Amino acid sequence: MNMMTGVSPWERLIRPDRVHGSLYTDPDIFEAELKNIWYRTWVYVGHESEVPNANDYVVKSIGPQSVIMTRDEQGKVNLLLNRCSHRGNQVCSFERGSARSFTCPFHSWTFANDGRLVGYAFPDGYEGQDKAQLALGRVTRVESYRGFVFGSFAADGPTLREHLGGAAETIDRLVRTSPEGEVEITAGFLKHRVKANWKFILENECDGYHPAFVHTSIFGVADSMIGKLYGGASTALTRDYGNGHTEIDLRPEFRKRDAPMSWFGTSEERLPDYTARMKAAYGDTAAREIMIDGTPHVMIFPNLFIAEIQMFVIQPLGVDDSVQHVTALQFKGAPDLNRRLRQQTMGSVGPAGFLLADDSEMYERCHRGVLARNPEWIFLGRGEKRQRQDELGFTVGHVTDEVPSRGIWTHYRNLMEPI
Amino acid sequence: MLSRESSATLMSAITAFLYREARLQDEHQYEAWEKLWTDDGVYWVPANGADIDPERQMSIIYDNRSRIALRVRQLMTGKHFTQTPQSNLRRLISNIELMDEQPDDGDIAVASNSLIFESSLRDDTLWAARNEYRLRYVDGELRMASKKVILVNNDKAIYTLSFLV
Repeated sequence: MNMMTGVSPWERLIRPDRVHGSLYTDPDIFEAELKNIWYRTWVYVGHESEVPNANDYVVKSIGPQSVIMTRDEQGKVNLLLNRCSHRGNQVCSFERGSARSFTCPFHSWTFANDGRLVGYAFPDGYEGQDKAQLALGRVTRVESYRGFVFGSFAADGPTLREHLGGAAETIDRLVRTSPEGEVEITAGFLKHRVKANWKFILENECDGYHPAFVHTSIFGVADSMIGKLYGGASTALTRDYGNGHTEIDLRPEFRKRDAPMSWFGTSEERLPDYTARMKAAYGDTAAREIMIDGTPHVMIFPNLFIAEIQMFVIQPLGVDDSVQHVTALQFKGAPDLNRRLRQQTMGSVGPAGFLLADDSEMYERCHRGVLARNPEWIFLGRGEKRQRQDELGFTVGHVTDEVPSRGIWTHYRNLMEPI
Repeated sequence: MLSRESSATLMSAITAFLYREARLQDEHQYEAWEKLWTDDGVYWVPANGADIDPERQMSIIYDNRSRIALRVRQLMTGKHFTQTPQSNLRRLISNIELMDEQPDDGDIAVASNSLIFESSLRDDTLWAARNEYRLRYVDGELRMASKKVILVNNDKAIYTLSFLV
């Protein structure tokens, strides 16, 4: 709050139909985002299937901080900070592996994979020291939803389930694509760096206005059916779930097609094993519905984007430095589907992907663009007059409307305003 | 085992081929580059190391012949914005070796190193890679049956790689 004017700076920067360009480029705002968003709210970290066995670990991140996700000997998933409690050295230098303990190479302090300090070199210099006071730092709260592990550095606040709100249902939908009801993250990640602010990525994930233009080169040569989903005549929807979560709901289009697996450009006949397993698991009617509706296209604020066939994790490193971690979604019990998911993912995303190379070009050009100071604003008014409430009370609009961006910025402002 | 003379002749032909491929890539001569491939060509840029299983793990590029053609067609549209305008490129190819282990099927296993300077709208970027080829004579001309590009930093977050590497 500005004591002189009584106006919050965020109110000046974030308006209902526009936001100020400096929100993407101001280093002080980036630092405030780390504090108020990344180090406070629920942030997606990793998936339980990445540490299937006791003592497995994988190194993840929350913003610029390195986080070790471990499964300890009791089978519990821990999110530990990769920082020795002695002098701050990183205790783990490998991306993944199996380890009961982590020994810091600097002075040989050793930590169990649940974070406890179990020993240090030449202990006689530490007489009377309580080792429990010198454990590895940890992400304060850890919760998972259907295998997706989130962390929050805030001791208090909404539960993960409360944070996910209406968007939890999209994850329910996702896991039903597996005949065993589980997603597996097993195909390794591509790491695509962009010289742009992370919010350009966040907002683009459910921007249905751009595909017809940004992706025209690949739609034109690949006979893709994706272009039509994002055309003026499409019946697909944009949706704001609140809490910053947004969706492009393509089900209206897929239901019109009324053909199982059409959402993935294939058919039941080409995936006989998968189709049989789905029918066995859910019954003919429900299996058919699931296979018509397809997987969701949902951006879980601030960093988990489930993009039908792949999953992105957005990592901000600096005000103009971001990484998109991306991997093919894999569904337990669906090997023939999984193979196609890997092939399609490799073609479309990552640093050399047919789609993401162009998206990322837009992020970088936008970032350089908003350094120009006139006009000062990003205009986000598309569809403001025609948006409406769906039957559950969530705001929806045409697939090309900017309902998602407006939802993201409303939530952003709530987080950034002084409490 | 090749005689010394025929080995030198082969090495000279391979070197000329690799230099030509490098020039076609640097100068964005997409269709001419595509013609260097055999009908069963595989273009592979692994991620996270050199020895992953591309059938199980994500690669940066893992193109069969039809996907190579799709990649070229996308570049040819002039609307692949990441290459519109095109990157300015020059690459050095060196350390060309006929590998000791030669395939049984008559293909020629060759390796080289490359250092690529890219100047794009974003910035200037230096790329370094180990390149492993299987070359084959088709109608008297050398062709690529496979090219594997092992970027030195393929385990890290890398910028968009939209030129032909």
